[in-house]
Amino acid sequence: MKSKLNLDLKKIESSRNSAKNIALETQKFIDKHTTITVERTVARLLGVDGVDEIEKPLPNVLVDNIKEGGGLQQGAAFWIGNAMVQRELTPQQIAEEVNKGDLDITKVPIADMDKIREAVNSIAKDTVDKIKGIREKRDDYLKNLGEGKKPYLYVIVATGNIYEDIQQAQAGAHQGADIVAVIRTTAQSLLDYVPYGATTEGFGGTYATQENFRLMREALDKAGEEVGRYIRLCNYCSGLCMPEIAAMGALERLDVMLNDALYGILFRDINMQRTLVDQFFSRIINGFAGIMINTGEDNYLTTADAVEEAHTVLASQFINEQFALLAGLKEEQMGLGHAFEINPNVENGFLMELSQAQMAKEIFPNAPLKYMPPTKFMTGNIFKGHLQDAMFNLASVWTGQTIQLLGMPTEAIHTPHLQDRMLAIENAQYIFNNARDIGDEVEFKKDGMIQKRAQQVLDEAEKMLKDIEQEGIFKTIEQGKFGGVKRPFTGGKGLDGVVEKDASYFNPFIDMMLGGGK
Amino acid sequence: MSLEKVDLTKVKPYGDTLNDGKVQLSFTLPVPYGDEANEAAKQLAKKMGFEEPSVVHSKDLGLGYTFFIMYGNCTHTVNYDIIEVPKVDMKFMDKYGVEDYIKENIKRDVVIIGACTGSDAHTVGIDAIMNMKGFDGHYGLERYKGIEAYNLGSQVPNEELVAKAVELNADAILVSQVVTQKDVHIPNLTELVELLEAEGIRDKVVLVCGGPRLGHELAQELGYDAGFGPGSFANHVASFIVKQIVERDLVNK
Repeated sequence: MKSKLNLDLKKIESSRNSAKNIALETQKFIDKHTTITVERTVARLLGVDGVDEIEKPLPNVLVDNIKEGGGLQQGAAFWIGNAMVQRELTPQQIAEEVNKGDLDITKVPIADMDKIREAVNSIAKDTVDKIKGIREKRDDYLKNLGEGKKPYLYVIVATGNIYEDIQQAQAGAHQGADIVAVIRTTAQSLLDYVPYGATTEGFGGTYATQENFRLMREALDKAGEEVGRYIRLCNYCSGLCMPEIAAMGALERLDVMLNDALYGILFRDINMQRTLVDQFFSRIINGFAGIMINTGEDNYLTTADAVEEAHTVLASQFINEQFALLAGLKEEQMGLGHAFEINPNVENGFLMELSQAQMAKEIFPNAPLKYMPPTKFMTGNIFKGHLQDAMFNLASVWTGQTIQLLGMPTEAIHTPHLQDRMLAIENAQYIFNNARDIGDEVEFKKDGMIQKRAQQVLDEAEKMLKDIEQEGIFKTIEQGKFGGVKRPFTGGKGLDGVVEKDASYFNPFIDMMLGGGK
Repeated sequence: MSLEKVDLTKVKPYGDTLNDGKVQLSFTLPVPYGDEANEAAKQLAKKMGFEEPSVVHSKDLGLGYTFFIMYGNCTHTVNYDIIEVPKVDMKFMDKYGVEDYIKENIKRDVVIIGACTGSDAHTVGIDAIMNMKGFDGHYGLERYKGIEAYNLGSQVPNEELVAKAVELNADAILVSQVVTQKDVHIPNLTELVELLEAEGIRDKVVLVCGGPRLGHELAQELGYDAGFGPGSFANHVASFIVKQIVERDLVNK
């Protein structure tokens, strides 16, 4: 594709290079550490599931026992494998014994390391094969049932009740949605456990649980067969249980996951060490399971100004891309995020939006870009809001975005009603169809407003990345360079769940899954 | 169209002729699309008090739901003359007005802390009021001379907010509640008042809440000094706070 923006390829390369160095430098820290949720994920992938009598998930019961015994630095796989060898129990039985108080896992005599590995690897391989099978099932669906045209229409459901969500999601599929996201209940990201079972109560959204994932998957498969196209399911792989959600999603065939390397740090005040370690393992799982991740750069523009801070979005996309590559995600799985958030009163604001959307597409040509609708300047005037969303839809089809988060006319009023979703889909379908190939037909004036805007944003992003390369990611976040939010290295939630790995640490899934494992 | 003709004791909607009562409305019914659905919508509109209801558009939403856009003539009227709405009743100053007011009447920095409390993670409201940049061309409190503003961000527990208020000897506390599904904001806002009372500092601070679902009347019912809804900017909130500090004799607390 010929650049319509006349972007300087050297600057793109230099930016990408800086981002790579930033990610590699941070990866050194990541490789030395593990976290409590990473270990619970290992337990889950080894088959530990269920809850105790006070609804505490057994992966928590088990890993808390390891942590209390001072064994977290060896990893859950080590202790589970050891107990498997010494007690001839399955991982699930081990968790149940620990729960009953009949087993203190770190007090079991240590077996031969080769035997421990062998015991764990045999089960790990079964899980990995199972996830591979689930991935193939998605590929079959896409081949046989097909999918919607790009940009995919992405809608949300957020009733709090999974059964009500299912109704709304199925209706959404019938109206034309390609991706259904189940918004999580407010504050789930700050829970240091994943709730269990089907749930019917939530605030502003529905709990992400493995059973809710399964129920919605089943409902969307049914709707997909009815409408003759595969309907993708999306959830939120973020917060304090990032990799656990990834594991659950891999097992229940989710297709899209919000999964950002920095979002939790900036917008949920989760400790940066914790999030960076967690995002790595969660992305390995997402990568292997064929899940498309969505990054959250769009959020910067809800707190910072969309004109002045556009370069921070681009810089963060470069960094997210490099972190994702290190975790084995392919470019085709990287739904890098950006947003249509320029104040509608800005003269020629639409030209800037167009420029920035085109820029993202040219710099990340293979990434299924996620484009977020206007939210900050939605007012409750649903008529004007519908027009703002129309402008957003036009920018998207013009610049070849992939995942179109549909703007709702009732944004800023309530979570979408059934009719809001229909109106949003109708809006997008009308514009996408009516202007389908506008991007192929129209070029931008040389050195005009649109070209210059993108060139300027790229310049600023390149400079910012050079600075971060010097300072490192941790310092950059401490200084508040993303989204105007400052976070200290040892502040925020979840730091007490981070430990340095011991020499005997092992996690079988990192080797088995990294790189897609094909 | 002259105002004389309007009888303010009997006001009804206006389309293009006085007292035509024209209203547009849209809603969804859980019935399958078709003539019966349209008839159901019309009958419902009649029960709402609309004469000559007409369905100008209806659409199948799938799975047995139908969406309607309708017009009807409203039969009801209201007496505008006797309406009274409690609101923050004052002349608001602009940023410079507030800064001068502080310099002349308070003569020290005013400490304001703000947060999105409870489970609410949506900081768009508190950011609009507090952050340097402000919103839509109105600078936020951080940029005001004479105001020390602390934005604690999202999902702040009430206990933490109160502790910070004590630590900083805050003059005012701003609470934002944006996502308030199922009225979760009500107990949360009430709890903050109770905590402040328990600490014995409720009467020493100016307590303000804001958000799309919060008006002044509700705020006062909940024990707040003021509530600011949509369309409020930093200078409105700041004007209220600095005047309260002087009026309630909190300058030398």
